[in-house]
Amino acid sequence: MSSGIDTGDTAWMLVATALVLLMTPALGLFYAGLVRSKNVLNTFMMSIAAIAVATITWAAVGYSLAFDGHGALIGGLGNAFMSGVDFAPREGTTIPELVFFAFQATFCIITTALISGAVVERMRFAPFLVFSALWSVLVYAVLAHWAFGGGWLISGGTLDFAGGVPVEMASGFSALAAALFVGARKDYGRQALLPHNAVFVLLGAGLLWFGWFGFNGGSGFSTGEPSVLAFTNTLLCPAATLVVWFALDLMRGRKVTAIGAATAIVVGCVLITPAGGYVSPGWAMLLGALGAIPSYGIIVWRTRTRVDETLDVLAAHGTAGFIGILFIGFFAQEAWNGVSDGLLYGNAAQLGDQALAALAAPTYAFVATFVLLKALGAVMPLRASDREEAMGMDVVQHGEEAYVTGEGAILLLPDDGEKVAVPVADPG
Amino acid sequence: MKLVIGIVRPEQANQVLEALYRAEVRGFSMSRVQGHGGEMDRVETYRGTTVQMGLSEKVRFEVAVSDGFVDKTVGALCEGGRTGEVGDGKIFVVPLDHAVRIRTGDSDEGAVTPVSK
Repeated sequence: MSSGIDTGDTAWMLVATALVLLMTPALGLFYAGLVRSKNVLNTFMMSIAAIAVATITWAAVGYSLAFDGHGALIGGLGNAFMSGVDFAPREGTTIPELVFFAFQATFCIITTALISGAVVERMRFAPFLVFSALWSVLVYAVLAHWAFGGGWLISGGTLDFAGGVPVEMASGFSALAAALFVGARKDYGRQALLPHNAVFVLLGAGLLWFGWFGFNGGSGFSTGEPSVLAFTNTLLCPAATLVVWFALDLMRGRKVTAIGAATAIVVGCVLITPAGGYVSPGWAMLLGALGAIPSYGIIVWRTRTRVDETLDVLAAHGTAGFIGILFIGFFAQEAWNGVSDGLLYGNAAQLGDQALAALAAPTYAFVATFVLLKALGAVMPLRASDREEAMGMDVVQHGEEAYVTGEGAILLLPDDGEKVAVPVADPG
Repeated sequence: MKLVIGIVRPEQANQVLEALYRAEVRGFSMSRVQGHGGEMDRVETYRGTTVQMGLSEKVRFEVAVSDGFVDKTVGALCEGGRTGEVGDGKIFVVPLDHAVRIRTGDSDEGAVTPVSK
């Protein structure tokens, strides 16, 4: 081991990295349950695609742009293609930079995957791959540099423990831009487009919560006090969100809904993401309880609009990330975090720093994503045709179905495997 | 009295429902079926196994109507089910000997005519 490495910290960060990677297939499952049965595989595959594409772009330039140097707006290219990323400890931590790189890569992956929720059931797969590659560099890496890597937000004093800026607000407001640019599904607002499997949604949310202990608990890069605080807050905050969500459901429809509960788990985890290592356990529970209300309201309101932000990334991630970032400005407590107090403890400047991030991140994410999609849309069609949308993206984009019966299927042997299907009724 | 059977694409089912309501056809049943009607087969691949899917998902509407409603029903099925591509489905109209409404015991024309209560 190189000097300056702590074995306990490194062991935890190796586990935390694996936990965060699990969140992306978990998100795939969560999203897959929320769509119709003809789009299950395509929806899940968008999350898998993010693992594929964002990992490569992260290794190529994303990591370097986010974490090399202390430029105000963007990092350098000193670590491009993982140059210099080795066993030596990452600056400011006691873990090898290789582990730090991998941990941060999993953040880039899940954030890229999150945006798919805005465009499922109609965006073509190939443009989504290109979009993922470009977005992970042009939006994620830039915002990660601002908030984590030495850019103007972190050096100006903004506190963001595990990614309220680059993960939650970035994905939420990019999702809004993507939904507006790609447009609504053809039947949106005319027909009921219902989740096909609520159990997937609950299981996906549960696995996301499990992985989130690595996401927040690992964002102190050690087994030290901030990590321990964030870990336990990751249990407390979403539980409070769940209870309040139940109450809101009861008031609105007299029944507590399962998909509402799954949504509440995600919202609660998002709320505590920026604040995890900065607020006391008691304030974490208050954050979970209060933060449920705006996300709940936006979900109810959004479905009455023409904006088909299909899986409510804006409500669950953008809004809750926004609330979490601002909450730090009020309730951060130096006695717990050792870094800074919020307004409630006499430091009004912290609220200003948090408000700055809460304005800058959504603006950059929304504008950059919109421009990116406009450029991409000029080169290739982003959407499937109405006919393809009706058939379902699984068959059209992947040549597979999630719930195939096999009845009437004819095995094509390898020697005629290239045969193109002909209409059986066609005498020719 | 006729039984109108319409087999349509599942993605058109909602349009068919809307068309039936517009035509004031109130009573029907529908079921998911698999069928083949001359459309292009889909070729799918599952981990190296390539298969030609000979059967497509369809939705089958069954509507028992009095004679005056036959044309309206057929029209609604056509209007809602048509996309213009091979595989839109078919409609069969067959004679119906006898019908009974279980709740009241009404038979024949009375059984297939919608009641307000």
